[in-house]
Amino acid sequence: MATAPVIEKKEPESLRHPALKYYRPGAGGNPHIWCEGCGIGQIWYYTVIAIEELGLDPNSVVWVGGSGCTGRMCTYWKHDYMHTLHGRPLGFATGIKLANPELTVLCHMGDGETSAIGGNHLIQTARRNADVTAICVNNYTYGMTGGQYSPTTPIGSLSATSKYGLVEDGFDLCELVAAAGATYVARSTTTQPRQSINFIKKAIQKKGFGFVEIISQCPTFYGRSNKLGDNSITMLDWIKRSFVRKADWDKMSAEEREGKRPWGEFVDTERPEVIKALHDLAKAQREAYRG
Amino acid sequence: MANPRLLTGTHLMQGQQACAEGALAAGCDLFAGYPISPATEIAEAMARRMPQAGGIYLQGADELDSLTIVIGSVWGGYKSMTATSGNGICLMQENIGYAAMTETPCVIVDMMRAGPGTGIATKSAQGDLYQVRFGSNGDYSIIALAPESPQEMFDLTVEAFNLSEEYRVPVFVLGDEILSNLREKLVIPSEVKVRERRKPTEAPGVGYKTWAVPEGEWTGPLPAFGQGYHLAVSSFARTDDGSPSQAYDVQKRITERLWNKVEANADKLTRVEDGFTEDAEVLVVGFGSVGRSVKAAVRQARAEGLKVGFSRLVGIWPFPDAYIAKVGKNVKKVIVSEMNMGRVSREVQRCLGRDTDVILHSKPGVAMHTPVEIMDQIRKVM
Repeated sequence: MATAPVIEKKEPESLRHPALKYYRPGAGGNPHIWCEGCGIGQIWYYTVIAIEELGLDPNSVVWVGGSGCTGRMCTYWKHDYMHTLHGRPLGFATGIKLANPELTVLCHMGDGETSAIGGNHLIQTARRNADVTAICVNNYTYGMTGGQYSPTTPIGSLSATSKYGLVEDGFDLCELVAAAGATYVARSTTTQPRQSINFIKKAIQKKGFGFVEIISQCPTFYGRSNKLGDNSITMLDWIKRSFVRKADWDKMSAEEREGKRPWGEFVDTERPEVIKALHDLAKAQREAYRG
Repeated sequence: MANPRLLTGTHLMQGQQACAEGALAAGCDLFAGYPISPATEIAEAMARRMPQAGGIYLQGADELDSLTIVIGSVWGGYKSMTATSGNGICLMQENIGYAAMTETPCVIVDMMRAGPGTGIATKSAQGDLYQVRFGSNGDYSIIALAPESPQEMFDLTVEAFNLSEEYRVPVFVLGDEILSNLREKLVIPSEVKVRERRKPTEAPGVGYKTWAVPEGEWTGPLPAFGQGYHLAVSSFARTDDGSPSQAYDVQKRITERLWNKVEANADKLTRVEDGFTEDAEVLVVGFGSVGRSVKAAVRQARAEGLKVGFSRLVGIWPFPDAYIAKVGKNVKKVIVSEMNMGRVSREVQRCLGRDTDVILHSKPGVAMHTPVEIMDQIRKVM
């Protein structure tokens, strides 16, 4: 019996997707588990490009995640990853960084993970100012469980658990984290690839807690439930119309701000960082010890 | 220069401080914990002592935070520990399951207090046996050791670290409030046997399988992040390379190994102090602080000519099934004295079957069994 010849597809390096070399072969749900039109894959790309542009050794980058659609991001990272428990990535990340301060530790968390079940870890990590980076993928929804509302979902939204319109208002995560003491806080959206990459780079470089909120589209649940379109194009258009540059926002009247929110950098400052402080303390006490 | 990790010599020391000294001697690099009676003074001792040894003390925002920091630091290359009481164990349960599933060696000290709920924060009980063994979801195994004195708070904390490295499981030091605050003589030797972490023999690289277990072994070596091993750490049911799997055979293989790596080694992990068991008609079983009264009462009974023996269980989990079956074979009755409504007594009954009369001598906590009370119980059943 004749068999079909095996054609080896040899594409030139220049045509290969630039993120592919960071992709874990054989990862779960190959190529990935996300729905058509989801923004999480975009943010995965922004992250690996940020790592590449910073010239980091990928073996020194530990990618931490928790549960849900966003929690799965870490599992596609070819180098070290730690897929942890729902809401807890920042605690695990702090432990990793304490044991090896040379590592770059990144956490990607969904909006529910960041602000509901993981809310205390978020504000405590910001307060401690631990040198880890948190990237919140905010698509206003619990996607993995089928589109329930989260603490960032805007009031009035329809979801699987707010069939008559949501009656509670959502967090502004950047304001929350800034108030808790984070040294770098920025917000971008999936309509701004370059700004998103730049913000992630600055958050990683910050010697302290860096927080980037990236507004993302969930056409499958949030988009469909709220008649914003069940594809990424109409949702990205909605995001584009809903977010204004911080510099413009600052000049807008209360009336003009109605239904809109700002994107940009909110905090870029320095404060004592806990992991270095603990190691400095240990070094000093160890040297002073006489028994 | 003096070794800050090993205060060789004879001390008068409180149980919680002895525990902290044991941790330092065993090579603990990090302690993360949340204040809770009656385990707060372990945290206080570690806050003072860890930096002296070049290590880290970090106060968790709660018990969940504490154990996540501990587990994360272990994958970063540290040996780490937390300490709490029963209420704190309740909060840690999800992380305990995570540590079991990710085979993360760590030490969790539980100084038991009366419950349920808030209970009595400053009074003793022994009610946490099942929650440390079966508290998290799914099937896994852990090791639990029950000290009776500050000396054993030291010795068993060292052993807990060593066993956690050998079996790659969370190991519990299961003390109680009486031991928290008991001050006694503690002898710290000039040398302590410390088991180092087992590293992979193969070179780092993309092909390394995070969850592969060498043929004929129960668990694999443990590299750290940042060494180039491309570690895929998660508590998913997964194949050896870390890919999540929903396959029956994968779940079966993982579950059976996580269970059996401890349970199949129960004989090796049996730790018991016993006496007068050869010709005993009645056996008295106890552990922890109550174990002291058990021994005193049985010695008194022997002085009065009564054929009574004692078994003080030092290793609680895995339960010493084979030992109990053997030691209980020829006795007529077994008394189990414990500060709860029946935990060890149920296990002993399971081991000996319905033909042996197992009598639960229960106190609900606050006050431990006195030797006189146990003596009364012995007289009652003989």
